[in-house]
Amino acid sequence: MSETSLNTPPHSKWLDIWQQFRSHKGAMLGMAVFVLITLMVILGPILWDLDPSKIDIRAKNQGPSWAHPMGTDQLGRDTFAAVLQGGRVSLLVGVVAMLLSLFLGALIGVLAGFFKRLDGPLMRLTDLFLALPLLPLLLVIIMLWRDTLRAAFGAETGIFLLIVFIIGITSWMQTARIVRGDVLALKEREFVLAARSVGTSNRMMILRHILPNVMSPIMVSATLGIANAIITESALSFLGLGFPSDFPTWGRLLFDGTNYMTLTPWRVLWPGLAISLTVLSVNYIGDGLRDALDPRLRR
Amino acid sequence: MFNYTLRRLIFTVPVLLFISFIIFLLLDLAPNDPTGNLPMTIPPEVREKIRVSLGLGEPIHIRYLLWCKQFFINEPLNILEQVTGWTIGDGERLRVRSWSTRSPVVDLIVERLPQTLWVVGLSYVVGILIAVPIGVLSAYRQYSWFDQIGTFISMIGFSVPTFFTGVLMIVVFSVGLGWFPSIYDTTHEVTNWESFIYQLRQMAMPVFVLALYTAAQISRFMRASMLDNLNQDYVRTARAKGLTEKTVVLVHVLRNSLIPVVTVIALGVPQVFGGAIITEQVFKVNGLGQLLITGIQGADIPLVQTLTFIFAVLIVLFNLVADILYGLLDPRVRYE
Repeated sequence: MSETSLNTPPHSKWLDIWQQFRSHKGAMLGMAVFVLITLMVILGPILWDLDPSKIDIRAKNQGPSWAHPMGTDQLGRDTFAAVLQGGRVSLLVGVVAMLLSLFLGALIGVLAGFFKRLDGPLMRLTDLFLALPLLPLLLVIIMLWRDTLRAAFGAETGIFLLIVFIIGITSWMQTARIVRGDVLALKEREFVLAARSVGTSNRMMILRHILPNVMSPIMVSATLGIANAIITESALSFLGLGFPSDFPTWGRLLFDGTNYMTLTPWRVLWPGLAISLTVLSVNYIGDGLRDALDPRLRR
Repeated sequence: MFNYTLRRLIFTVPVLLFISFIIFLLLDLAPNDPTGNLPMTIPPEVREKIRVSLGLGEPIHIRYLLWCKQFFINEPLNILEQVTGWTIGDGERLRVRSWSTRSPVVDLIVERLPQTLWVVGLSYVVGILIAVPIGVLSAYRQYSWFDQIGTFISMIGFSVPTFFTGVLMIVVFSVGLGWFPSIYDTTHEVTNWESFIYQLRQMAMPVFVLALYTAAQISRFMRASMLDNLNQDYVRTARAKGLTEKTVVLVHVLRNSLIPVVTVIALGVPQVFGGAIITEQVFKVNGLGQLLITGIQGADIPLVQTLTFIFAVLIVLFNLVADILYGLLDPRVRYE
C-alpha cells in the first residue's frame, strides 16, 4: 500500500484477493474451463435430451457424427449423453467428498491447535492415518461394505454414500495439519488476547476470530480436495470397484471403454479427457488461489 | 543419531501393531461371509465346518494374536530357513494361507515381487533421473520458456491420472502404431538380443507412464528447492570468490537443494507401490498390485490383509528412512 491509497476508499481483503487472482492467467483459464464443464454437466442433460441408457443397436460402435458428437458404444448408446450424465456424478462425488474432508480437517486442525490437551492425541491420529495404505484400504472397504450399503440405501445412493464417505475420511490429514499450524500461530496474536480479555468464550473465539483467519489454507485445500476426490473416485471406478456400469461416472465409462479399445478408441478418450481437464483446471485454480492468498506476493 | 534411530525403530513397533490391528478389525467386522460364494446346496453344518477350517471358529482377539504369530514369527522363520538352509524347530509351522489358492501368501508375494520391482522400481529411477535436471534447469532459468513448458508439463503430469495416460498410450502406440505390446508378458525370458529388445519394448509403456507421474512431482520439488538455495548468501560468496557458474550451480547449489528432494523421494517410494496398482492393472503386469486386486475380487481375506499390511510397513519404514536421511545429509538438523 502506497500513500495514495490513503485517499481511496477502503476495500475488502477479498476484493484484493480477487484482483490478484485475476492476474494469474492459468488460474483464470482454469476457472473458465471448470465453470464451462460444470455448466455443461448441470445443464447438458436438459439441452442434449438423448437418454444415455437408450439402446439403439443399429447405431452401435459409431464414430463421432452430428447425431452422436462423441460416437456410440457397443449397444448404440450415445456417449456424449453418458459423459454428461457421468460428469454429474463425478463432480458431485468430488464436491461432497471435498466438503466432508474439509469439515473433518478443519475441525481436527482447529481442535488440535486450539486446545493443548487435544493436540497430542489428535496429531498422533493424523500421523496414523497418514501411515495407512489408502488405495488398498479403500478397495478393501468397498469390497466388504458395498453389498450391505446397497441393500440399505438402494444401488445408487448406497454406493454414492460409501464412496463419498470413504474418500472424505481418508483425505483430511493434510488440511488438519495446515490448519493446526495456522491456529497455533494465530493463538499467540494480540487480537486473540484482546478478545480473550473481554471475555469471549472458546466457542465464539473459534467461530468469530480463528476460523475466518484460517479460511485461506482451507480454500486452497478445497481445490486440492476436489481434484483428489475426482481422481480417487475415477481410479476406484476404473478398477471396477466404484460405481456400477448402469450408473456410470467418468472413471467407469473409461473402464468400460478399455474393453473396446481396438474397435472404438474414442470411447476411452472422452471420459479420460473430461477427468483430466477437470482436474487440470481445478489444480490451476488452486495454484492461482495460493498465489492470491499469499500476502507476500500481493502487490 | 544412533540413539535417535534406535528410538524411532522401537517406536515403529507399536505403530505397526496398531495399524495391523485396524486392518484386521476392518476386514473382520465387515458384514460378509467367506462361504457366501459357495453353492447354496451345501448344508449349514458343512458350511460351519468350512468356516472352522478357514480358522474362523475362534473369537476375534485369539484370531488376531494367531495372525500376529503367523505373520511376525512363523513367516520370518520360514524365510530364514529358506535362505540359510537351517532347520529351526520341527519346521511345521502354521502359515498365512490364501483362501483361494491354498498356498502360503508369502510364496504368492515372492512370485509377484520381481515384476513389480522391475517395472515400478525402474520407472521410479527413470522418473527421478528425468526430474532432477528439469528441476535444476527450470529453477536456474526461472520464467524462461523452458520453465514455463516444464511447469505446464508437470501440471499435466500430476493432473492426468495414470489410468488415462496408460490407456491413451495403449490406444496410440499399440492399437494405432503397433510399436509396443499392450500386455506385459511375465513368462517371457531374456535369453538373447531379440528377447532382450522385446523385454524393453514391453516395459517401455508402463515405465514411461509411471516415470512421467513421478517426474512431474519431483521436478516441482527440485525446482522449488533450487530456487530457495539460489538466493542464499553462500551462493553470492561462491560467485564472489570466482568460482565458475557451473561449479556454483552444480556443486554448491545442487548438493544443498537435493537434501529435501532426497527425503521426498524416500517418502514417495511406498506411494509408488500403491499407484502401481492402477498401472499394473492397465498394462496387465501381474505384480503385487494385480495380486491385491485379484485377492479383493475373490474376497481372499488373508491375502488382502497381508498385502495391505505390507504396504503399511513400507510407508512407516520409508517415513523413518526419510527422517534419518534428513539428519544424515543436513548437518543443521540434529536429532537429540
